[in-house]
Amino acid sequence: MTLTGQRPARVEQEEPGNRPALSHRLAERGIDKLLLLLLPALVFALVLFVYPFVYGLGLSFQPKTGGLFGAYVKFFTDPSVRGLDSIWVTLQLALPAALLNVLVSVPIAYKMRGKFRGKRALTTVLVIPITLGTVLTAEGLLNFFGQRGWLNRFLGLLGFEPLQLVQNYWGVLWSLIISGFPFAFLLILSYLSGIDPSLEAAARTLGADWKQRFRRITLPLLAPGLAITFCLTFVLAFSVFPSAILVGDPSGSTRVIAYVAYNAWGQQFDYPLASAAAIVMGAVELVVIVLVLIWRSRMYKGSTGGKG
Amino acid sequence: MSLTLKPKSGATPAAAKRPLAASPGTFLIWGSMAVFLLLLLGVVSSVVVNSFAKEWFDTWLPSGYTPTWYADAWKEYDLGQVIGTTLTVSIAVVGISVLIGAPASYVLARRSFPGKNILMLVFLLPIMMPPITYGIPLATLLTYYHLAPGLTGVILANLVPSIPFVILTMTPFIEQINPSIESAARMCGANMLRLFTRILAPLLVPGILAAAVLVLVRTVGMFELTFLTSDSTSDTLVVALFTAMTGAGIRAQQSVDAMAVVYMLMMMVLLVVALRFVNPTQLVSQVREETD
Repeated sequence: MTLTGQRPARVEQEEPGNRPALSHRLAERGIDKLLLLLLPALVFALVLFVYPFVYGLGLSFQPKTGGLFGAYVKFFTDPSVRGLDSIWVTLQLALPAALLNVLVSVPIAYKMRGKFRGKRALTTVLVIPITLGTVLTAEGLLNFFGQRGWLNRFLGLLGFEPLQLVQNYWGVLWSLIISGFPFAFLLILSYLSGIDPSLEAAARTLGADWKQRFRRITLPLLAPGLAITFCLTFVLAFSVFPSAILVGDPSGSTRVIAYVAYNAWGQQFDYPLASAAAIVMGAVELVVIVLVLIWRSRMYKGSTGGKG
Repeated sequence: MSLTLKPKSGATPAAAKRPLAASPGTFLIWGSMAVFLLLLLGVVSSVVVNSFAKEWFDTWLPSGYTPTWYADAWKEYDLGQVIGTTLTVSIAVVGISVLIGAPASYVLARRSFPGKNILMLVFLLPIMMPPITYGIPLATLLTYYHLAPGLTGVILANLVPSIPFVILTMTPFIEQINPSIESAARMCGANMLRLFTRILAPLLVPGILAAAVLVLVRTVGMFELTFLTSDSTSDTLVVALFTAMTGAGIRAQQSVDAMAVVYMLMMMVLLVVALRFVNPTQLVSQVREETD
C-alpha cells in the first residue's frame, strides 16, 4: 500500500537521449510501477502458500526411515495407513456427490432461470445449507437420520424397518449433497442466466422442439460452466473431512484421505507421512480436474452471449 | 418452456399459462426440490428442537422444553470467548485480505503483462486445492516458527484462501468501471493515491462489500485450516462445535445442539447481511434483470 503514492512511470518519458528510458521500454511491454500493487498479494501467496507447499514436498521426501520415497511407500503399503484404500474411499464419495449435484442442478436451474415470483426467496433458502457448514449439517443429520430420528419414525409408521443412514457411507454422501447441491445449483443458475435467451428463441422460431433446443443450443453453451461447476463441487466434496468423522465411519467405510493425512499429522506426529498424504491428495484432485478441463477444452469455446 | 416461466405479474409460474396438471418432467423437478427442502428443514429443525428439549428419547417430540441448555453451553464451552475469537479472526482476515487483494485485483483486471498467467495460477491454486493439502504443510511450518497453535496462526492460515478469493470476486467489479474515468482523473492531475482514494474506492464500494461479506462467511465457516492451527484458546465457533461433538467425556447432546443453534444464528445474520450486498445468482456473470 505504501507504493501507491508513487508517480506512474509515464512521467519519465521526457528523459533526453536517442533510446527511450528503460522504464519506458518496459512500460510498453506492460511492466511499470503499477505492478508493484501486486507485490503484497504475491508476497503473501509465496510465503503462505508456495513456500509451505514446497516445504511440505521436501518434508515428504525426508522420512525418518525408508529413504527418499519412504513416506510414500509407507502411505501406499503400510497396513495401518492404507493410503490406497483411502484414495478410493474419497473418490467413491466425491465423484458421485459432485456428479449428482451437477446433474440434478441442471434441470432445476433450467426451469428456474427466468424471472418469477419468489425466486429471491427460493435462492435464499438454497444458500442456507452453504452457511450451515459441515459440522452443523452433521449434527442435524445425526438427529434427523438417526435410529430414533424423525425419518426412521416416519418410515416406521409406513411399516418399514429403520434404516441405518448415519455412521456409514450414506451419512457422508448425504452431508456432501446437502452442502454441495445449493452451491452447484447457484453456479449453474448463474451460468444459465448468462446465456442469451434470444438464441433459444431463434431456435424455437426455426422449429426446434425443447429437446433439440436443449441439446443443440443450451448444452453446448453451458458445457464450460458445467465443467467449472463440477470442478468446484468436486473440490468441496474431495476435501471432506469433518463430516467423514462425525456422520461417517472414519475407521472403515469413510476413512477418507484427509482423515489419513490428519491422523498422521495430529495423532502420530509423523510429519513426512502427513505431507506425503497431503501431496498425494492434491495430486489426485488435480488429475481429476485436469481430465475435466481437457473434456471441456474439446467443447465449444466462445461467448455465451451474456456478459462475463 | 422458458417463456411460460415469465408471467408479467402475480400468478405462480406454473399456473400462468399452463394447465394445472404439470408434465411429468416438471413434476419430477419440483418434487425433488421439495424433497430436498423437506430434508433440509428436518435436519435444521431437529437440531433446534433438541436444543430446547428437556428429555427426548423414543418419541416424536421431546417430553418438555427448557431454555437452560443455552446457559449451560455458554458456561461449559466458554462461548463468550469462542465468539470473541471468531469475530477477531474474521474481522482481521477480512480487513487484511481486502487491503491486499483489492490493489492486486485492480492490476490483474486492467493490465496484461508477461507472466500474468502464472501469477493467476498461483492465486487460483489455493482455492482449487483441498484446504487439508496445503493446510498440513502450512500448519507444520507455522508451528515450527511458533506462530501456531494460536490466534496469529489461525489468521495467517485463513488468509491463504481469502486473498485469492477477494481477487477473484473483485475483478469483475473493476472491469465494469470505465477506464476513461481514470484517464480523466489523471488528466486533471490526480496521482495514483488520489486516483485510488477519490475515484476508484467510491466506485468499488459494492465490490469491496461483496468480497468482504463473502470472505467473512467463508472464514466463519472454515473448519480445516482453523482446526489445524488453533489451540483451546483460539478455537473459532465451528472448531469448538466439532471438538464438543467428538471430545471425550459425557456431555448432554442438547448443550452441543444449543451451541450449534448459536452458530446457525450467527451464520443466518451473516447470510441476511450478505444477501443484501450480493446476488448469488450473479456471481459468475452479470445479467440484466430486466431482459425479457
